[in-house]
Amino acid sequence: MNVVVDYGRGNLFSIGQALAHLDAPYKTSGAPDDIETAERIIFPGVGAFGEAMKGLRDRRLVEPLKAAAARGTPILGICVGCQLLLSRSEEFGDHDGLDLVPGTVSRLPSPRPDDRAAIRIPNVGWRKLSVNPDAPVLRNVGNDDLMYFVHSYAPMAHNQTDVAATIRVNGHDVPVAVESRNLVGVQFHPEKSGPAGLKVLRRFLETKFAN
Amino acid sequence: MNVAATAGSALQSTPNEAVPPIRLISRLDIKGPNVIKGIHLEGLRVVGQPGPIARRYYEEGVDEIIYMDTVASLYGRNNILGVVEEAARDIFVPLTVGGGIRQSDDIVAALRSGADKVAINTAAIARPDFIDEAARIFGSQCIVLSVEAKQRAPGQWEALTDNGRERTDVDVLDWVVEAEQRGAGEILITSVDREGTRKGFDHDLFRAVRARVEIPVIGCGGAAAPDHIAAAVRDDGLDAIACASLFHYDLSSLPALRAALAGADIAVRSV
Repeated sequence: MNVVVDYGRGNLFSIGQALAHLDAPYKTSGAPDDIETAERIIFPGVGAFGEAMKGLRDRRLVEPLKAAAARGTPILGICVGCQLLLSRSEEFGDHDGLDLVPGTVSRLPSPRPDDRAAIRIPNVGWRKLSVNPDAPVLRNVGNDDLMYFVHSYAPMAHNQTDVAATIRVNGHDVPVAVESRNLVGVQFHPEKSGPAGLKVLRRFLETKFAN
Repeated sequence: MNVAATAGSALQSTPNEAVPPIRLISRLDIKGPNVIKGIHLEGLRVVGQPGPIARRYYEEGVDEIIYMDTVASLYGRNNILGVVEEAARDIFVPLTVGGGIRQSDDIVAALRSGADKVAINTAAIARPDFIDEAARIFGSQCIVLSVEAKQRAPGQWEALTDNGRERTDVDVLDWVVEAEQRGAGEILITSVDREGTRKGFDHDLFRAVRARVEIPVIGCGGAAAPDHIAAAVRDDGLDAIACASLFHYDLSSLPALRAALAGADIAVRSV
């Protein structure tokens, strides 16, 4: 069974609707037992990083998620769920993450003066990805498959091989997706990115991950 | 932070500084079970049912949808969430809900119904701390400050509340700065003077608001032709536009609008 992790910090309804649309059976749960037995884990999250991590701790989900990651259970982190896969975040201070993918969640670069391609922060809108051709889930995202973003921080994975996609923000290539073994994280919202986003969800559900 | 250092080497994307696409947002003003449309936020007439209308806009490639409960402030309760929940079943673009968002519990209920963001006007003016509180709990990305602007003098606008029914003496340009400092993630600026008139946008208003804040600004009120939108993007620097009449009355369908904007060298999402 696919399990959508409920720790009080996600847009569970939208993700559930997207999975239902894809005919993917799923269960929404915040119970450690369900994390343990899940075939695949979808790990959403909105709001601030520190608050989200606190939500995981309060529900005693940190160890079950780490154990699932180590067992090879495919995990898809979305938005703050993606950020939580990394080691730490600089949002409102310094916060530890799950540390499953080495890296830091850092603020997006600010607009440059007189840049006609300037992006205001928060970065809100549909953006084109540059994908890593070796990333099993993201590599099939096409040039016209724009994804919807709404964020001020991004998952800066330390290892280039873990970076699955970048977008161009104010003159920089900013990592917005990570893939490492059975772990996938996307900063954008596949459940809110129309047919292109649904394709990413389907691809995650169908991918057999090497562990 | 050094983005280049963490993201630079292995992933070589071609260095193109392509302008990102603008957001074309459909605004659905809801009264009871219907989508309605007025002029200056008054004189309402029924356009149709929210379900089929939203579905059509989604299929035509709308980038976001804003649902505005036009009478929530009057009756003190929010009837719009059932409408949003139905939409969220098969519409996979961001949904914003406004009208009657008064406290954190209202935001929780909106998000549970499938909304991604909430638009707050009346409650934020009555209690500005509500913006700080909402941003802290739900994140700035969730909080859209909705401003209904009525011009009082050249370069001066008053913020109205209760869907344009009540005066406040709050200056729009001061208010958007304060709201940004308090943690709003976006500003939805509606010109009450232009709203529903099809006369085009209040460009002075858009420019003034955009110059005051660093967060994204969504312009609304008066668009009736692709040219109006092109002007707001090119001349005012906006990258998000919310339209009601334009789509409702087929003044320009979304595909036709996108084609016209692309022809005017404005980046739009290809669908």
